[in-house]
Amino acid sequence: MKSTDSLRRSYAMTKFVTYFFLILGAIIMVFPFVWMLLTSSKTVPESMQIPPTIIPAQLMLDNFKDAIDSLPFGRLYINTALMVFFRVVCAVLFSSMAGYAFAKLKFRCKNLLFGIVLIQMSLPSQIFIIPQYQMVAKMGLSNTIFALVFPGLVSAFGVFFLRQTYLSIPDEIGEAAYLDGCNQWQTFYKVMFPLTGTSVAALTIFTAVFAYSDLMWPLVVNSDLSMMTLSSGLATLRGQFSTNFPVLMAGSLLAMLPMVVLYLIFQRQFVEGIAGTGGK
Amino acid sequence: MNKKLSAAARREENWGWFMVAPTIIGLVVLNLWPFIQTVYASFCEHLGFGHYQFIGLKNYITMFQNAEFWKATWNTVFFCILTVPVGIILALFVAILLNSKVKFKGGFRTIFFLPLVCAPAAIAMVWRWIFNGEYGILNQLLGAKIQWITDPKTAVLAVAIVSIWSSIGYDAVLLLAGLQNIPKTLYEANSIDGAGKIRQFFTITLPMVSPTLFSVMIMRLMASMKIYDLIYMMAEETNPALTDMQSLMYLFYRSSFVAGERGYGSAIVVWTVALILLVTLIQFWGQKKWVTYDI
Repeated sequence: MKSTDSLRRSYAMTKFVTYFFLILGAIIMVFPFVWMLLTSSKTVPESMQIPPTIIPAQLMLDNFKDAIDSLPFGRLYINTALMVFFRVVCAVLFSSMAGYAFAKLKFRCKNLLFGIVLIQMSLPSQIFIIPQYQMVAKMGLSNTIFALVFPGLVSAFGVFFLRQTYLSIPDEIGEAAYLDGCNQWQTFYKVMFPLTGTSVAALTIFTAVFAYSDLMWPLVVNSDLSMMTLSSGLATLRGQFSTNFPVLMAGSLLAMLPMVVLYLIFQRQFVEGIAGTGGK
Repeated sequence: MNKKLSAAARREENWGWFMVAPTIIGLVVLNLWPFIQTVYASFCEHLGFGHYQFIGLKNYITMFQNAEFWKATWNTVFFCILTVPVGIILALFVAILLNSKVKFKGGFRTIFFLPLVCAPAAIAMVWRWIFNGEYGILNQLLGAKIQWITDPKTAVLAVAIVSIWSSIGYDAVLLLAGLQNIPKTLYEANSIDGAGKIRQFFTITLPMVSPTLFSVMIMRLMASMKIYDLIYMMAEETNPALTDMQSLMYLFYRSSFVAGERGYGSAIVVWTVALILLVTLIQFWGQKKWVTYDI
């Protein structure tokens, strides 16, 4: 009797400790975002008050207006969206094709060619960046959407990841389609590709978040304010308003908003897409 | 019959090449050739407009004699020492909490994962404000006057805190998957023996999750060695602690694209890749001592 009692007490204790740390952790995770939101509605003197005010004295959008006035946010959204869109299309299309071929088809030099994929995956992207930049500059395509998309035209990671997916689909399915008179291409896009929906969704999300977060490439290749992405645009905003934190917070919120909204709608797909791909 | 089969095989071969062609052409043009160019450029001086002149080992000699370079190497290594162990221990802790029977598990997971979908540029911005020496909320809470980002002693630590905060959810989700693969029966058998929770952790949980722990560690280490964006956004050219917090990749960026010394920049990036390779090899060699692949 006494022992079940103490067991129950220790169970309740464990439960309390678990919730305590989880809630503490959640507060630490959320606090910077809340602080961002609160600061974005403060005036500059208000933001510098000691002791600080938690809740802003007024709800105001002036800081957002200042941020939009000094940074063409409309363009940044469009540029970022186009970059993400084209990178995703290229990654999904070319990686699906190559992933399928590497998993299911026999052809000469297959291992050698797959070796190139593995080499690219194991090298950090910065080692390619100077020559890539010089190529874009030589083509006279700096400050274009193409320049933003350029390093993402193909995705070695996508090939590797989708090859795994195609390997997990039984050969019999492809063979059956082949016997029904499909050629290799038809087998691929009518039968096999539709079976990879979950993986394609994961690759899409991974590619999108990665492209959206990237800072060095857009900074290097597009110096024109109207051709920047949200990330590189923020870097410019920081230069202009180095101590005006309310405006900086408003700008950061504007830059974060689209992805956070998408994340809150597709939580599960995002978590599985980013963590499930094993990341890079 | 035989001839027909070989015709089919040839068709398959053509399709194979056709389907990998865009990827392979892309990888050769965008990655393989640039890789060779970068390695070559590291032995060259950049004369401007993409023209290079071979100068042998000069860039490397300059680099190895440069105190700023060694400081950047140390900062990068120090940043890894701060982020990798602490980040992984905290992530494992969060994963264990999420693996127990709690309500709103999905909600907690969503919250911990949130920084992953935010651009590091935006994240760095709010943390710069939190860390601000004069008006930052952190100093107000601590009642301290620490110049987090501009004091050479704390600058790397500040970036490390942000980095851990950003990646903890990601690592925890991966580790959670590893924890969920541990058969419940192992714990049941063990608790009949009367083992306590803490002993259970060291005799069952840790060995069983060690392969996941290892892969998370490799990934975190590679990412930390390449740290750039957070430092770029948190530091400024005028920051007195700039050389005390700049990482190798940040030094690479400044040398190549701000100073325009692309040969020297290439040498830095080649050195960084070599360092990453070395550290990864050490990890793979060391894993034999602590990673359990079968029980």
